[in-house]
Amino acid sequence: MRFALTDDQAALRDAVRELLTRECPPDAVRAAWPGPGTDPDRVAAIWAKLAEMGVLGAAVPEADGGLGLGACDLVPLLEEAGRVALPLPLVETAFVAAPLLAATGAQDELLGRLVAGEAIVAVSLDGSGLVPFAGVAEVLLLGAGPGAAIGLSPAAAAEPVDSIDGARGLGRADAEAPATPLDLDPRERDGAWDRGVLGAAAQLVGLSRTLLALSDEYVKERRQFGVPIGSFQAVKHQLADALLALEFAAPMVLRAAWSLDHGEPTASRNVAAAKALASDAAEQVAATALQVHGAIAYTTEYDLHLFAKRVWASARAWGDAEWQRARVAAALDLNPASAVPLP
Amino acid sequence: MDLTYSAAEEAFRAEAREWLEANVPHDLASGDTAAGFAQHLEWEKRLFEARWAVVSWPEDYGGRDASIWEWLIFEEEYYRAGAPMRVTQNGIFLLAPTLFEFGTPAQQDRVLPRMAAAADLWCQGWSEPGAGSDLAATKSRAVRDEEAGGWRLTGQKTWTTRGAFCTHMFGLFRTDPESERHRGLTYFMVPLDAEGVTVRGFERLDGDEGFAEVFLEDAFIPDDAAIGEVGEGWRVAMATTGSERGLTLRSPGRFLSAAGRLAELARNNPRASAARVDRVARAWIEAEAYQQFTLKQVTDIAAGRAPGAQSSLNKLFWSELDIRLQETALDLLGPEAELDGPWSRAFLFALAGPIYAGTNEIQRNIVAERLLGLPRK
Repeated sequence: MRFALTDDQAALRDAVRELLTRECPPDAVRAAWPGPGTDPDRVAAIWAKLAEMGVLGAAVPEADGGLGLGACDLVPLLEEAGRVALPLPLVETAFVAAPLLAATGAQDELLGRLVAGEAIVAVSLDGSGLVPFAGVAEVLLLGAGPGAAIGLSPAAAAEPVDSIDGARGLGRADAEAPATPLDLDPRERDGAWDRGVLGAAAQLVGLSRTLLALSDEYVKERRQFGVPIGSFQAVKHQLADALLALEFAAPMVLRAAWSLDHGEPTASRNVAAAKALASDAAEQVAATALQVHGAIAYTTEYDLHLFAKRVWASARAWGDAEWQRARVAAALDLNPASAVPLP
Repeated sequence: MDLTYSAAEEAFRAEAREWLEANVPHDLASGDTAAGFAQHLEWEKRLFEARWAVVSWPEDYGGRDASIWEWLIFEEEYYRAGAPMRVTQNGIFLLAPTLFEFGTPAQQDRVLPRMAAAADLWCQGWSEPGAGSDLAATKSRAVRDEEAGGWRLTGQKTWTTRGAFCTHMFGLFRTDPESERHRGLTYFMVPLDAEGVTVRGFERLDGDEGFAEVFLEDAFIPDDAAIGEVGEGWRVAMATTGSERGLTLRSPGRFLSAAGRLAELARNNPRASAARVDRVARAWIEAEAYQQFTLKQVTDIAAGRAPGAQSSLNKLFWSELDIRLQETALDLLGPEAELDGPWSRAFLFALAGPIYAGTNEIQRNIVAERLLGLPRK
C-alpha cells in the first residue's frame, strides 16, 4: 500500500507544471478571451509546447504513437492544467478523445494529428450540446448523455455562444446527430465518460489550489484596522474550511484514477464521488476567495475571476455534485421513495 | 500508487475478521455507565488474551508488532464487526504513544503491560474549570517534596471521560509557580487511589455517568511519575494531542461502517426522499474520502513524515461528518428517532465531537495558522 505518486509520475507532473507556469500565466489566459487583447497565436503556442512534451498523446497506447500512460499519470497533469486555468481542452482532447480514438482503431489519421498537436478535439457528452473550446477545435466528439452513442462532427457544426468564462471558446452543437457515429463497445463509451468526469474533477482541484493560494497571499498582505485581515478569525475560519474541503477532495480524485487504471468494479462510483467532492470544494473555495478579497475580486482587472469563472463553469460540466451523488446512490442501490411518506 | 494490501496483510485481515466474528459481543450496556463499563472490561480482557488489544505494540507488551497499515486493517475489521467502543482508548491511543516517545524503559515496562491488559485504566486530565480550549491556562500545581522524593499535586481537573471508572489519570501540572502559559508545566501520571485524590462522576448530555471531575489536595506522586523532563510538559502533551485529533482516535473504519449502516437504513425506507438519499450519498462519499485521506496520511507517516497540524484537518472532518451522518439517520427514522436506541445514542455521542480534543474553533485556528501560515495576531 502506498498512496503517493511514483517518482516518474511526480517528475512528469513537475515538468508540466514548469511548462505551464512559464507558458500560461494569467495574461495568456486573457489572450484566449475575445476582445481587444485576444491573441490566438499565444494560446496556440502553449498547445504546441504540450504536444512537444508528449502530453497530448500521454494516454494513447505506445503502439499508436503515444506514451501509454494511465489515469494516475494523467490526473496530476490535469490538476496542473486547472492550476493555471489553461484555456485549452487538455482533458477533452488528451484524456477523453485520444484514448477513445485509439480504441476505435479507425481514426489513425486524426489521432496522429491530435498527438502531434495539429488537431484539437473538443468534447461534449453530457447531452447539453454545449461544447467548451469548440472555438479552437477542428473536430467535435459528441454524445447525447452518459450511455448514449458517440460520434464525430466537424467543428463548424458548433455555433459560437457566449460563456461567463470567455476563455472557454464555448459552442453549441447538435449532440443527437453527430456526422460520423463511432463504433464503440459500451465499455469504451462509458470509459470516455468516466475519464471526462475525472478530468473535470482534477482540473477543479487545480483551480481550487490557485484560488486558495491567491487568497492566502492576499489576506496576509491586505491590512485593515491596522492589521493583516488574515489575523481575523472570521477570515481564518473561512480559509480553513476551504482548505479542508480541498484536502479531502484531492485524494478521492487520485483514488478514482487508480480505480480506472485497475478496472476496479467500483471505478465509476469512485469517479462520481470524486467529482461530487471536487465540484463542491471548488465552489466553496471560489466563494471564499471572492469574499476574503472583497471588492478587488469583483473586477475583471484582477486575475481571480479567470479562475473563479472556470470553476463556476466546470463545477456543473460533466454532472454537478448532486447529480454525481445520485450516481453514487444508485450504485449503492439507494432509490428515493416514490410515494410521499408519513411524516 | 499501489492501493493493494500484501498477501501477509490480507492474511492478517482474515485472521482478525475470523476472530472478531466469533468473539464480538453484542448488546453490551453503555461503556459510560458502571454496569456497562464492567462488561466492556471483560471484552478488553478477551481482546488482550487473544493479543488483539494493542496490535501495533511490541509483542513483549501484549501486541503483535503490527505495522501502521495492519493497525488500520484491524480498525476497519473491528468496526466492520460492530465491536464495542474501546473503554481503554485514552490509555492505549493517547498515553501510550507519549510513553513510547518520551517514557523511560522502566516507565514503559511498568505501565504499558498493565494498560494493555486493562488492569490499569487511564483517563485524561487535561481540562480544568478555567482551562478548556486554552489548555496553557492550566492552574493545577505540583509542589516539590524533596524529602519524600516526589511532588504534591493540588488542583482540579474536569470533563474527565470515564474518570469515575478509571484507576489512573495522566495530566499537566504547573511545577514552576513563577511560570506562565505553556512554560513550567510537567506531564504526570497519577494513581486515582492516591491519598488526597477525590473523583466525582457526573452525567453527560446522554445521561451516562461518562464525565468526572478530579480534585487533588496535596496528593503525593513519586519522581518517576513524570513523563519527559520537568517543565517540558507542554511539548510532551502536544505529542498526545496530535494522536487525539488524528487518526489513532478515529480511524476511517468507524465512519465506513457507520456510512454502510446508514445506507442500509435508507434502503427501501419510505422516508428516503430524494433530498435524504442525497444526504446519505454525501455521508457515504465523505466516509470514503476520509479513508483515502487517511491512506495518503499513513503513507506519509510510514515514510517518516509526522502529520503535525494536519491532524486538525482529520478532527474537523470526522467530527462534522459524524454529526451530518447521524442527523441523516434520525431524519430517516422520523418520529421514531427520539426513542433510546443505537442511532439516537450515536447522535448524542457525535455532538461532543466538535468540542472534545480541542474545539473545532481551535482546530480552525491551527489549520489557518500552521497550514496556511496566517498571522496569529
